[in-house]
Amino acid sequence: MSAPLLETRDLSVTFKVARQGGWPWSPPRELQAVKQASLRLEPGRTLGLVGESGSGKSSLARAIVGTVPVSDGRVLWRGEDIVSMDTAAQRAHGRHVQMVFQDPLDALNPRMTVGQIVAEPLRTHFPDLSKEQVRAKVGQMMERVGLLPALINRYPHEFSGGQCQRIGIARALITDPELVVCDEPVSALDVSVQAQVVNLLQELQREMGLALLFIAHDLSVVRHISHRIAVMYLGRIVEVATASELIANPRHPYTKALIASVPIPSPKAERARHRPVLEGELPSPMSPPSGCVFRTRCPIARADCADATPAVMNIGNDHLVSCPYHSSTEASPL
Amino acid sequence: MFATKSVADDLAGAAPIKGRSLWADARARFLRNRAAVAGLIVLLLVAAFALIGPFIAPWNNEDIDWNVLGNVAQGGRPSLETGHWFGTDALGRDLFARTVQGTQISLLVGIVGALISVIVGTLYGAIAGYFGGRIDNVMMRIVDVLMSIPYMFVLILLLVVFGRSLLMLFIGIGLISWLDMARIARGQTLTLKGKAYIEAAVATGVRPFTIILRHIIPNLLGVVIVYATLLVPSMIIYESFISFLGLGVQEPLTSWGALINDGASEMNNGTLWMLGWPLFFFVITLFGFFFVGDGLRDALDPKDR
Repeated sequence: MSAPLLETRDLSVTFKVARQGGWPWSPPRELQAVKQASLRLEPGRTLGLVGESGSGKSSLARAIVGTVPVSDGRVLWRGEDIVSMDTAAQRAHGRHVQMVFQDPLDALNPRMTVGQIVAEPLRTHFPDLSKEQVRAKVGQMMERVGLLPALINRYPHEFSGGQCQRIGIARALITDPELVVCDEPVSALDVSVQAQVVNLLQELQREMGLALLFIAHDLSVVRHISHRIAVMYLGRIVEVATASELIANPRHPYTKALIASVPIPSPKAERARHRPVLEGELPSPMSPPSGCVFRTRCPIARADCADATPAVMNIGNDHLVSCPYHSSTEASPL
Repeated sequence: MFATKSVADDLAGAAPIKGRSLWADARARFLRNRAAVAGLIVLLLVAAFALIGPFIAPWNNEDIDWNVLGNVAQGGRPSLETGHWFGTDALGRDLFARTVQGTQISLLVGIVGALISVIVGTLYGAIAGYFGGRIDNVMMRIVDVLMSIPYMFVLILLLVVFGRSLLMLFIGIGLISWLDMARIARGQTLTLKGKAYIEAAVATGVRPFTIILRHIIPNLLGVVIVYATLLVPSMIIYESFISFLGLGVQEPLTSWGALINDGASEMNNGTLWMLGWPLFFFVITLFGFFFVGDGLRDALDPKDR
């Protein structure tokens, strides 16, 4: 089997946080944003990444894109390690991996015209293109994402949120990348516009053979667009499966709670169903619980959960879960 | 947004629509501000006075009018008949020509000081803020150290040790003027650094210096311009103070501060015009810069109002 488009192996991202009120020389505290995350993404497929706020989804995405330093592990692009590349090679690699951001207006430089914004990756990676060529390409790309090319000289503040997101997508696609990392691309948009943007992304994926890493905290959006879904909790990937398998047959207690939290648009059904509500808060990533990080909120936690990090188990059908007690449903007497 | 293909095709042939940049918006807001426009007109008139003055002055600024020398209080009065429109100074030199020259020097000092601060301070602050970490620490501690030195003392020492010259004055003022600007630019850069468009540029593989020049500096410029317009008058005040102490530009060159100093020492002899004219230009220029600075701030930061 050939190497996948993108693979992360035991990827960890650690941030150093200066101690409040400490001496300048006192060692900073470490915040483990992502710990030993392993993912695979095949060309032209979509991997959804879900988890609550602070679970490390964005840090993982940024480590893959290269805007956040990787503290441990590897990011393999077609089997080649990106982390160990030199700076120039990493910059050149930026052509293949692009990013779409959450807040569409924040992602566009207010002093640049749409044409300049969309052209920036082109100018960076293909400096030999003439002005006319760049202009023609930008125009084509704008049309492709549903913007009128005549708006090329407008500024970002003259557009709506959905249009700004289309500009962001146009900028991401102008260099013909193979992977686009979408960091909650629709969370800041109206529901009606969300659907348009998601459909646009799917359409472009089909046309251009893109692979997408789609991050969201809204499971219903991710389910719609993804082939596979990975669930993150406190920097760890707790479960990975195909989208339909994960929704129909969640194994990890956290995934179950996450799916149960998606509202059903029917009041009767909503009232009738049993919802295991998670209690407590996300623990601090500065001092995660020992063993399984979910045990402090887990309905089926046992005493030995605190001992060791649960191993990742393949329970068939390429369904990976890191909970040894995933088949038990009852709460332990603990 | 929902334009169908046919509409898009129709419009594709049309000329691109011209967008309104933030700069164009700011210009419109500035021009609606009456005080700021008045300040700008005053500044333009003062600049015109400094540029055109030498060609219309009937007297040379270095020539002494021997007719008034012994009797400045009477013969040296401002009058149209003698050609001394602003009167003469205590030595019988034409005050109009001297004021024109003082205006040139003072404006030059102010503008050069502000330019040094804009160029050096903005780049320095943007680099420190963008790279952050240890580079930032070292660069900003250097600024702290330079700031902790009493600048007037250094300026006076420079002028005493290396002699009084215009060049030394520029060097002295250039040394201190960029420090505040560097801090302001760094602070602004730190907030800009968190913007997603910077991250998008980093992810694409744009080089750090290109990011600073393309993304950070244009977004800093609003704050920088406002601060620079407020810096020009403070540079003029520095220079005037130095000249007032007798350490600034050297005779026969002069500046507003030197002229005000000369006028102030003759105050008791009934020749108030010697103080009045340079003071008048000094004050209206400062007011002009302050009004323009305020207007620019309102125009460039509409959110702050």
